[in-house]
Amino acid sequence: MNSSENQGAGARLLAWVDARFPLTKMINEHAAEYYAPKNFNFWYLFGVLSLVVLVIQLVTGIFLTMNYKPSAADAFASVEYIMRDVQWGWLIRYMHSTGASAFFVVVYLHMFRALLYGSYKPPRELLWIFGMLIYLVLMGEAFMGYLLPWGQMSYWGAQVIVSLFGAIPVIGDSLVEFIRGDFYISDITLNRFFALHVIALPLVLIFLVVAHILALHEVGSNNPDGVEIKNVKGPDGKPLDGIAFHPYYTVKDTVGLAIFLMAFAGVVFFAPEMGGYFLEHANFEPANAMKTPEHIAPVWYFTPFYAILRAVPDKLGGVLMMGGAIIMLFLLPWLDRSPVRSIRYRGWMYKLPLALFTVSFVALGYLGMQPATELYTNLARVATFFYFAFFLLLPWLSVADKTKPVPERVTYHA
Amino acid sequence: MLKRLFIVLLLSVPMVGMASSGGTSMKTADVDVSNTPSLQRGARNFMNYCSGCHSAKYVRFNRLAEDLGLTESQVLDNLMFAAERPFDTIKVAMPADDAKRWFGQTPPDLSLIARSRGTDWLYNFLLSFYEDSSKSTGMNNLVLPGASMPHVLWELQGTQRVVHRIEKDAAGNEHEVFDHFELASAGKLSAEEYDAFVLDIVNFLEYIGEPVKLKRVQLGIWVMFFLLVFFLLAYALKKEYWKDVH
Amino acid sequence: MSEGVDKSRRHFLTVATTVTGAVGAGFAAVPFLSSWKPSARAQALGAPVEVDISKLQPGEMIRASWRGQAVWVLYRSESMMQSLPEVEVSLRDPESAQPQQPGWATNQYRSLKPEIFVVIGNCTHLGCSPGERFEVAPADLGPEWKGGFYCPCHGSKFDLAGRVYKGVPAPLNLKVPPYRFLNDSLILIGDDAGVA
Repeated sequence: MNSSENQGAGARLLAWVDARFPLTKMINEHAAEYYAPKNFNFWYLFGVLSLVVLVIQLVTGIFLTMNYKPSAADAFASVEYIMRDVQWGWLIRYMHSTGASAFFVVVYLHMFRALLYGSYKPPRELLWIFGMLIYLVLMGEAFMGYLLPWGQMSYWGAQVIVSLFGAIPVIGDSLVEFIRGDFYISDITLNRFFALHVIALPLVLIFLVVAHILALHEVGSNNPDGVEIKNVKGPDGKPLDGIAFHPYYTVKDTVGLAIFLMAFAGVVFFAPEMGGYFLEHANFEPANAMKTPEHIAPVWYFTPFYAILRAVPDKLGGVLMMGGAIIMLFLLPWLDRSPVRSIRYRGWMYKLPLALFTVSFVALGYLGMQPATELYTNLARVATFFYFAFFLLLPWLSVADKTKPVPERVTYHA
Repeated sequence: MLKRLFIVLLLSVPMVGMASSGGTSMKTADVDVSNTPSLQRGARNFMNYCSGCHSAKYVRFNRLAEDLGLTESQVLDNLMFAAERPFDTIKVAMPADDAKRWFGQTPPDLSLIARSRGTDWLYNFLLSFYEDSSKSTGMNNLVLPGASMPHVLWELQGTQRVVHRIEKDAAGNEHEVFDHFELASAGKLSAEEYDAFVLDIVNFLEYIGEPVKLKRVQLGIWVMFFLLVFFLLAYALKKEYWKDVH
Repeated sequence: MSEGVDKSRRHFLTVATTVTGAVGAGFAAVPFLSSWKPSARAQALGAPVEVDISKLQPGEMIRASWRGQAVWVLYRSESMMQSLPEVEVSLRDPESAQPQQPGWATNQYRSLKPEIFVVIGNCTHLGCSPGERFEVAPADLGPEWKGGFYCPCHGSKFDLAGRVYKGVPAPLNLKVPPYRFLNDSLILIGDDAGVA
């Protein structure tokens, strides 16, 4: 304490805390003195936006549990109770249902950004693995959450997805029974999915998000040029192409946040069902174990994998392909052996397969919503081929690819 | 170039939606939940013709009164037949067991029917009853073949027959396909009046599917306006700080 | 910071954006806080209840339930009515000065009709439900007891108009709910519209 007399009360309180908890140190490490490359483009918004959606989901989710009843007899009615009788309950529910889809929108774009700029390449492999684990947990979270309204789609969606585990040889059937805790999707299943959805998976998710951010701040952010900014430092030891996250990226992300919130509010207030893509029509009918809806499809964010599943004319084979599609993403840091990170300096041998992969993924997403006609199934097979071809050919193509020289400094035009 | 790709992807989303909803020959139900007189008529029609068999168990009468601009006594006199108190929900007088015996199944609750089936479906369903002597009720429905619901509104609409036309498929086989309805016996209402009558019911069903819809949209406009202001300020702030970055 | 920066503009925009954001957060908090208010169902369940007193005899009391609370309806007999002025010296608030009743019940009987006493049966100390002790001078309550309500939790005593005695833990008289007579034998508890 050298100049405590002329410090304000706030500063003295901060000093008191800092002596006992690394508050200022943490703020500096993760914001004020975290140097991010100055050449981020709009693709770099989706990480922060994922965090925003996570907070929206946590807050709205907590308030929904205050009125939701996790029992087969009451669940559907309790959702309508929230929609009609609870003051502003409709808004909280629509925010949560829209948030689920928004989560996948921003996460898919965030992941695509990594494919564009090679953000998974060394030394960021673990960062990518944490991100992939977040994505997996998110899928589990979304799937279990979707059972809770106990509508027809909730019920039959859970029925179909849980049955996938039945494809596993020998233990399949007992595993399915174990997951359900009953001989069919019942009150018991609903109750345990509720527990997993509202507490178990969110805890795991939060832990993984913290790990993801710590890993990011350890290795530093990649950028659209794929240049390591730590390699070129000024006399003060700070990266020449780095700028303090706060205030520069906090103000920039606020702009992105405002745009995102406009899109989000646009859906919540003007199209909460999003034409049946965010809230499916059949889910406004209570679950009925005796009657399957005429046309069942998962919510849009699962349909690419659902289309891969259906493209394979064998139950176990389909499940393995679907699992393989996710595993491929995990392996990406080791499949890509290119000397450069960013698509800006790669040749057509990366650009073309990536374009085909992207088109295939979107096509699979569309096909997964459609009835499984012969034409659609065949198209799904073609798309599945391109999906896997991207990953499986990458070890060779990324080496054979003719890359452009990478500059020493990032490209930035003020 | 990437930015352009992103925009193309965004723009293609609604086109996917359009592609998947084509191929139906249904008439569009021109519903409007801001049309309060239509909702009031729809509520009256619903209570007179539907609520005998169908409940709307999530809908409270006092909420109806508030949203439809009715006084409590108007609701009490004109809409509440079975319910005792204004905050009760629209229940059905008929016991479920009897209903099952008479119709083969319990008539579904209609609180959310407009959200699960859509208003176009409901509108066309109510317009598409026709004479069919092979059915026990003497009636069938083009939209829901084999419907167990009798044509409750026949006194108003009258009864109609299906007129078929012959079409050849690609293989040259002839098929009877639906061409149009013709009136078999006239009802109390003209075709236009009946159409409007049904539309009021469908509009009411749309309203009870999501009573807050109108307020939701009105509030949304304010929220968007606020966010726009916030965006402009944030954008100016970003521009100001980024003057430092060269 | 580079030269030529307009500090006041920067400061203004920072404050304006922060304030706008804070206002937005405030607006966003409203729906969440409002969702804790009684829902339409709670309001429906908390609606006024009717109590039929046609079979109630003098000296008898019936219990009803309104908004999850016990509501007592006591038909005070002649001797009970006589006890009311007699005990006033031992009461903490005999004139019902504290607003523990609707304005129209600020009288000696704390009721609309002198004989019919309607009161919420929750002790004003810590919310226990006092018992009815209408006998005069029982062994445990002493010779001064003219009949009333006795709370077993902490020994608070109330007279037959729910007025609290001095020297007990309960600070206030028992609360009289809003109510009105639909006719001579029907009371509507929870609604006093039209009662002056």
